[in-house]
Amino acid sequence: MEDKIKKVSIIISKGGLEGIYPGLIMANGARMEGIETNLFFTFFGMDAIIKKRMGRIKVATVGNPGMHMPSLVGILPGMSAMATSMMKKTMEKLDIPPVPEYIEMIADAGGTLYACKATVDMFKLKKEDFCPQVNSIINVGRFYEISAGGHIIFT
Amino acid sequence: MPLRTYGNTMVDVDAEGYLTDFSQWTRAVAEAIAAEEGLAALGPAHWKVIEFMQKEYKENSQVPSIRRLNKSGVASTKELYELFPGGPAKKAARIAGLKKPEGCV
Repeated sequence: MEDKIKKVSIIISKGGLEGIYPGLIMANGARMEGIETNLFFTFFGMDAIIKKRMGRIKVATVGNPGMHMPSLVGILPGMSAMATSMMKKTMEKLDIPPVPEYIEMIADAGGTLYACKATVDMFKLKKEDFCPQVNSIINVGRFYEISAGGHIIFT
Repeated sequence: MPLRTYGNTMVDVDAEGYLTDFSQWTRAVAEAIAAEEGLAALGPAHWKVIEFMQKEYKENSQVPSIRRLNKSGVASTKELYELFPGGPAKKAARIAGLKKPEGCV
């Protein structure tokens, strides 16, 4: 087992539950394997660490072919809420925590969370808008420095 | 099936070193596995986790997740990573004589 992965940096760039969860699962799983883990949130993936938004992330029912639902059905009021609630129930059964709890769990497990400077500027956000688990707001250059010597996963 | 000797106890293990027959588990075996996993010693906090995992496994034949351990008040996520550095779920399960956890969380 000489070439065991020692370090990963995971980028979460997409919003919605289907955009955010895969990266969170990868990050938590990495910590469970004893792998040093960085998480970098950018663009709409940043909803996962914004205090006001992290608890209300939904699954997209429009423009999401993976839902196997015609977009015309997806636009009906309450569709996204219903799909989200179904997904949440299933995940709870599988012991997958809701986003805010997951973020806390990953931070407690020793993962380090960063917010993307460009997105922060674009959306006019401040450090106070983020949950306390966010270590700092960094630019792309710093992200590469932090990621040195490890693998980078883009989601 | 490979065999391993811990102290003067011989146990059956799988390819990754997890016990395959829980009846062979003893506290001395647990201590020996813990040493193999790089833990200095097993203190009361370790035993609390180990015993809870064994109890849960007996009740629903599933190795409890970190989240379950956390929610049950046995140990917080932080504590678990401190007690079993470098992979709490896997290490604690192996020391407890249980199978490798299957979940992703």
